[in-house]
Amino acid sequence: MAKRDTKKEMPRDARRTLRRLGGYVMLYKWRMALIVAMSFLSNYLVLLGPTLAGRAINEIAPGPGKVNFPAVYHNVGLMLIYYLVSFAVSLLVGVLMMHVGRRVAGRMRGDVFDKIMELPVGYFDTHQTGDLLSRVSYDIDVVSASLATDIVQALTSVVTVIGSFVMMVVISPQLVLVMGITIPAALLYTRYLSGKTRPLFTRRSAMYGKLNGFVEEMFSGQKTILAYAQEDRVLGDFDGINEEASEAYYRANYHAMTAGPTATFINNVGLALISVFGSVMYIRQLVTLGQISSFVLYSRKFAGPINEMANIANEIFSALAAAERVFRLQDEPEEVGDVPDAMQLSDVRGEVDIDHIDFGYNPGKPIIKGFDLHVEPGQLIAIVGPTGAGKTTIINLLMRFYDVDAGEIRVDDHEVRQLTRQSLRRAYAMVLQDTWLFGGSVFDNIAYGREGATREEVEAAAKAARIHKYVMSLPYGYDTLVGEDGGNISKGQKQLLTIARAMLFDAKMLILDEATSNVDTQTERRIQKAMRQMMHDKTCFVIAHRLSTIRSADRILVLDHGNVVEVGTHGELMQKRGFYWALYASQWA
Amino acid sequence: MELIYRYIKLYLRRIAGSMTVKLLGTVAELMVPYFLEHIIDSVAPAGRVVDVFWWGLVMVVVAFFARLFNVGANRLAIGVSRDATRDIRHELFKKTSNLSGSRFDAFGLPSLTSRMTSDTYNIQSFMQSVQTQGIRGPFMLIGGVVVTMTMDRALSAILCVMIPILAVVVICVSKQGIPLYDKVQRSLDRIVRVMRENITGIRVVKALSKTDYERRRFGGANEEMVQRDVTAGVVMALPAPLMQLFLNVGLALVVLVGAWRVDGGLAKPGVILAFLTYFNMILQGVMTLNKVFMQLTKASASADRIEVVLKDAQDMPVLPWDGPAAPGDVAVEFDHVSFNYKYGGEPQSDDVAAPPGTCERVIDDICFTLHRGESLGIIGGTGSGKTTIVNLMMRFYDTDEGTVLVDGRDVRTYEKDELRRKFGVVFQNDLIFEDTLYENITFGRSVPPEAMDMAARSACASEFIEGMEGGYAYGADIKGANLSGGQKQRILIARALAANPEILVFDDSSSALDYKTDAAFRTALRENYAGSTLVMVAQRVSSIMHMTHILMLEDGKVLGYGTHDELMAGCGAYREIYEVQLGEM
Repeated sequence: MAKRDTKKEMPRDARRTLRRLGGYVMLYKWRMALIVAMSFLSNYLVLLGPTLAGRAINEIAPGPGKVNFPAVYHNVGLMLIYYLVSFAVSLLVGVLMMHVGRRVAGRMRGDVFDKIMELPVGYFDTHQTGDLLSRVSYDIDVVSASLATDIVQALTSVVTVIGSFVMMVVISPQLVLVMGITIPAALLYTRYLSGKTRPLFTRRSAMYGKLNGFVEEMFSGQKTILAYAQEDRVLGDFDGINEEASEAYYRANYHAMTAGPTATFINNVGLALISVFGSVMYIRQLVTLGQISSFVLYSRKFAGPINEMANIANEIFSALAAAERVFRLQDEPEEVGDVPDAMQLSDVRGEVDIDHIDFGYNPGKPIIKGFDLHVEPGQLIAIVGPTGAGKTTIINLLMRFYDVDAGEIRVDDHEVRQLTRQSLRRAYAMVLQDTWLFGGSVFDNIAYGREGATREEVEAAAKAARIHKYVMSLPYGYDTLVGEDGGNISKGQKQLLTIARAMLFDAKMLILDEATSNVDTQTERRIQKAMRQMMHDKTCFVIAHRLSTIRSADRILVLDHGNVVEVGTHGELMQKRGFYWALYASQWA
Repeated sequence: MELIYRYIKLYLRRIAGSMTVKLLGTVAELMVPYFLEHIIDSVAPAGRVVDVFWWGLVMVVVAFFARLFNVGANRLAIGVSRDATRDIRHELFKKTSNLSGSRFDAFGLPSLTSRMTSDTYNIQSFMQSVQTQGIRGPFMLIGGVVVTMTMDRALSAILCVMIPILAVVVICVSKQGIPLYDKVQRSLDRIVRVMRENITGIRVVKALSKTDYERRRFGGANEEMVQRDVTAGVVMALPAPLMQLFLNVGLALVVLVGAWRVDGGLAKPGVILAFLTYFNMILQGVMTLNKVFMQLTKASASADRIEVVLKDAQDMPVLPWDGPAAPGDVAVEFDHVSFNYKYGGEPQSDDVAAPPGTCERVIDDICFTLHRGESLGIIGGTGSGKTTIVNLMMRFYDTDEGTVLVDGRDVRTYEKDELRRKFGVVFQNDLIFEDTLYENITFGRSVPPEAMDMAARSACASEFIEGMEGGYAYGADIKGANLSGGQKQRILIARALAANPEILVFDDSSSALDYKTDAAFRTALRENYAGSTLVMVAQRVSSIMHMTHILMLEDGKVLGYGTHDELMAGCGAYREIYEVQLGEM
């Protein structure tokens, strides 16, 4: 199994995260271009509105009886038109941005899913499912919410900030010098704050993931917890994690939420400086009062968006941390890719050669050493041995869920690493002890192995697997929904459904790993015929505890502590009176 | 919604506190421009430099207090939303982990998990912003209206007329929004479910080369979520521009009516000009309020989803018990018990209707009596109702007909934990948690070392555990992924034995054990746990043939009940199984 993940979730380069996020946004560059253009337009319109109102009022100004009504009507009419246009523009920007935000979120979710499909299977043994799920349910949601609102705000504010700064320089370059105090102060403060809060937000995101992981694990084991009356203890454990997660939220936001008021404070100090120095300059007759007024007006316009951005600092920081968690998952090493010129395994005969392989899940702890096996097409190989002897490991290697450390496995004389994984795996049908049904109809679950299977084929497989009668007893027959959770289907029935699935999936090689462990003997016997038929011209690897299933095997591998201790047919091994014989003799004890 | 009200009520004092401080901060913040105007309009023209500096200092001091109050208020606010969310999560987790089997199935695990995390997060966001932004909006709105009122009531009335219209817009959109967000959250449930399925079934998916198919399946769920999210988003994007439009139209009317009034000598043009300034203030106030409302909409949808779980009726009430206090000799009794699992409840996906009604009974008219120290073996075909008997015995479900008695007492009269403490059980697909082997066996109970040792030995687990790195301190991976099937089952058996329970239940829990281990385990059980009543579900006759009673089931009905010898003589089906299995030897 993969090494336990001990690396701390540390914040990484914010710029890289932003760039990757930007990459997603740029997938919608035309929409973004439209958004930018529209934002500029709406900014312009913001200035136009008061001007029109001002003009109308100017026409009213002459006093009672002297109001220039035609001009007033004209301007009020213009105002109404302008408001309608501005309504349309801001609605459009809002809707477009909403689209981009949600689409980006959709893409990110899709990418996370693709990634999950590419990760080595061992990854999921050491990473909590709930933690992975929280990247889809929480992190991406946070990113998407922030994208939709914050980008528009940032875009529109750029224009305002630059525009007002230019105006300020035009009015009084001397007064702009005051900014020489406030802008560096603001920059230093931002740096300080972001250095301080980003790790906190990273932790906040990680804690939510941990919480989700815990909840998922405990809910999965709810029945066991209830059975042992451990609800209170688990609730206690939950409270601990809940407290931690809440505290992580508090600490992150505690600092981030000072950003808004502090930015406002810096700006207000700036305003105070402007009014003081402005007034002094006025007294020295360097500027007019009118100039100071409009300078102040512009400096407030300049500060407005900055304050706004600071107020949503917590949103921005949490979005960054969330995006980072998504990207970190995307950066996990994938299953080793197929070699560049990997071959498609086709027209499988089913000859398997295992040539002196070594393997261990953890480096330095080999489980299989120097294992050899040659299997002719159509042979039935049984793998037996006490629990923990490494039977499942061989299956893992045949399917290339893991690669061997040394030696070679060949299928039809092709080294498996030279083949595409997909074509190799397609060559096997597999029934595992851990049955797996997905949320869907019974029909979909059986037809899973073969796309486009007809109703007749599915029913035939179900009949062969002796599950047809049960399916027909369900409220909607083959259209009844089943799933992983739900008490209405027994484990044995699940196994039979899985067997029906494998029967439909026509492959040249078959792997049965305790495929009928929870099926009763009678039913098992009844499906034997169908199983034999299915196994008839296939190379089969069978793991079973019930030695009866494997008595007819061409060869039996007896495993103990990862080593093959005996090989032979049932007869040969019984004669030998060795390990197999002892195992067999203990059956009826 | 109710949930939010309830928690706001619960934290009313602290919320009032944080909002009061926020109010102070807002007032201080709005005073800064006032001083600014004062300096430029009155102090500077007077020409006294010293006064200018003094007033500048006043400004800085006021700004300082504004920051102080606002920061303080924000911290108080996030403190409240931290505590409220923590409490909600606590309440929800407690309720969820106590849901009955059928209710749990009805909600579905992925949905329960996302209610726990994604939905509580939405509420947290709202709780935070209602406190940090909920003051400024109304303050500016009310302030603006009051000031305009003092200037010209008639003109102000025009703006005031607009406000109810705005309120109607917000409320309508919000009403529309709640079901839309509910749909979004349901899509999220679906996404989570598909992804979870793929994680748990990754080996099968890869073995059958179904990754492309699964991508398409996920893609479908994802697209649905995007569509619903966009729909909700578009509806929610509507009020802000719409409100701006209404208020602006109001402003145009103010100019128009103002013109008539000025013409009639009822008002001065300057008043209209001043209106422009205050109008901006009102607009800003309204927009801020709108933002809070939009978050409320999202949070309401989430709150309703949580509320449904919290309010979920206890479908297994505890009945009063007035029978004898001292338990008799009977450990477990089934008295004409019938049962079927129910479909339905809340459908997991809204595009698939829940199947109606019930069909055949899973178990039908089951009777048996088990005395203390006796043992019961249950055998029967796949789907014959073996596990269901275990489920009813431990009251994970309630019977449709008949009574289940434990220690001579109806299981429905026990406080839940009181009943289950009597049991040690291994389910068919039981779970190893990501923890040490020691913790997995003791499982939160105080188990003396001798009992622990005996349990591990009896389960044939001590040998392999001691061979592990760190022994009992060996850390199991998620779902025991770093243990073999047989190792997992032995740990689970040790868990069941460890507390030396009155009743031991093993539901096909030796299926992954080889025969040798299985036999050794059964011998140990007889020797070390003779005092416990034993219920064992099995596939192999050899596992149960020595039991004092054997129950042979078929399609939920009793086919035979008695000892091995009795069944061999009187039950054809049993004899058949026996012979088949013996013949295999």
